[in-house]
Amino acid sequence: MLQRFFGMCLLTAVVGLGGCATTGGSPNDPLEGYNRAMFGFNDGLDRAVIKPLASGYKAVMPEFARIGVTNFFANLGDLWIGINNILQGKVGAGVSDFGRFALNTTAGVLGLFDVASNAGLEKHNEDFGQTLGRWGVGSGAYLVLPILGPSSVRDGLSLLAVDWHGDPLWYVGNVPARNELMGVRLLDNRASRLDLSRLAEEAALDHYAYVRDAFLQRRRSLIYDGDAPPEPDPDKTSEAGASKDSRARVETGSPPAELVTQWGEPVITAGGEERARAKEMSAAAARPVGATPEPARASAAVYEPKIPSNYDALLAVSGEARAVLARTSPRP
Amino acid sequence: MKLFIALCFSAFATAVPAQDLAPDALVKKISDEVIEIIKQDKDIRAGNQKKINELVDAKVLPHFNFGHMTALAVGRNWPKANAEQQKILTGEFRTLLVRTYSSALTTYKNQVIEFKPLRAAVGDADVTVRTQVRQPGTEPVSIDYGMEKTPGGWKVYDVVVGGVSLVTNYRETFNAEIRDGGVDGLIKSLAGKNRSLDTQASSKPK
Repeated sequence: MLQRFFGMCLLTAVVGLGGCATTGGSPNDPLEGYNRAMFGFNDGLDRAVIKPLASGYKAVMPEFARIGVTNFFANLGDLWIGINNILQGKVGAGVSDFGRFALNTTAGVLGLFDVASNAGLEKHNEDFGQTLGRWGVGSGAYLVLPILGPSSVRDGLSLLAVDWHGDPLWYVGNVPARNELMGVRLLDNRASRLDLSRLAEEAALDHYAYVRDAFLQRRRSLIYDGDAPPEPDPDKTSEAGASKDSRARVETGSPPAELVTQWGEPVITAGGEERARAKEMSAAAARPVGATPEPARASAAVYEPKIPSNYDALLAVSGEARAVLARTSPRP
Repeated sequence: MKLFIALCFSAFATAVPAQDLAPDALVKKISDEVIEIIKQDKDIRAGNQKKINELVDAKVLPHFNFGHMTALAVGRNWPKANAEQQKILTGEFRTLLVRTYSSALTTYKNQVIEFKPLRAAVGDADVTVRTQVRQPGTEPVSIDYGMEKTPGGWKVYDVVVGGVSLVTNYRETFNAEIRDGGVDGLIKSLAGKNRSLDTQASSKPK
């Protein structure tokens, strides 16, 4: 209920602020005025409370214990990651995520040890916002959430309306215990990003814009599982333009016969997958998404999600999954 | 046949200088060398900035094309800068990138770098070398290197970590700076940033 309320507030805020959006900034960031203010608020809170706590936590906890805590929460997250992989049609990855959970919960002592990674079951990064992106839902405007930080209209609503259903901590009946667990998770999360946030602060001319643009690039990459097609680049200089073109040719245009390793051998073993991917990508490129794909590409500045061929089936499955979730989630 | 043997021999005899290495082989060679040095040098792992700088200067920087990097970061405004401004921009951007990212070397902890098969046609002068850094507990992080062929061997002009280009991530900011203060405004901001990092570093008790 709280989340629904949050979501409504968010929606109202977004719609209301749309009117007084600043102009002349980044095309992906019509809400820049509000976003900068919220970024400033979050940053202040981080400096005053969260970062000092996280630094203290990192200083006090021995490293192996910290890794154990990180693993414990990561293990709980694998179930929801698996569900999202399946919603996106990546059944193999989803099954692997459930396998991770089973293995780490048992052999890994309630998830304290990540034995699954050592056994070759890779950790994935999925959430419902990515699932929507995969289904073709655009991200909407960049949006900085209170406390939670960088997001977008799509990802923010997904987080507040859907993702928390997949968070096992919400199902902990004892409220103080639940809040404590969530606090530790937040702290552990922040502690693991201390180096990264320092780096971003040092590297950035404009901290807000640096974080925003990194977030947008990162989300786009995650939706494509790290295999995003090169973005249409309106800023081509002659030099960069030429190189981008040749990269596009490498990524999408080369027939499988040209896929070779550095030794000139055709890719066969691990490349079974490589080949399939390249084909899939060129097929996706060939499929007309809109009536006029080229101008549509140029205007879709943020994401150009690939619509899977089993789109209808996926929608049906997701509807069912949501119904199941609605039935099983406790009514507050 | 004779020619073949001669070719083999000459390749062997020169022990493959960096100019002749394939792009992915070059990245692998540099990574292996740098990791080996970090593993053996306690000072570097403890954050000795002088030693880190020496390592980066000697092993890493010769394989980067900072002119191309800066052009890519500035984007459509690059031709608006004259040759002198382009030179200054490149220098300042290089200083900023090297300073901020070389310190990341100290965070190395037994991660394993895997190389994905190179997707390139024979004769391509521009390729992406794709790697994955594995570490237990978190999902692997991809690091991709945009590389171009130059007379001095393959050079890196873009580094993409987890889908985020460390180069083009600056473009919106640079655009805004140039819109507000022209190319000189951007130069001033970059120089100011570098100076403030200087004073920060020197004020830190080391």
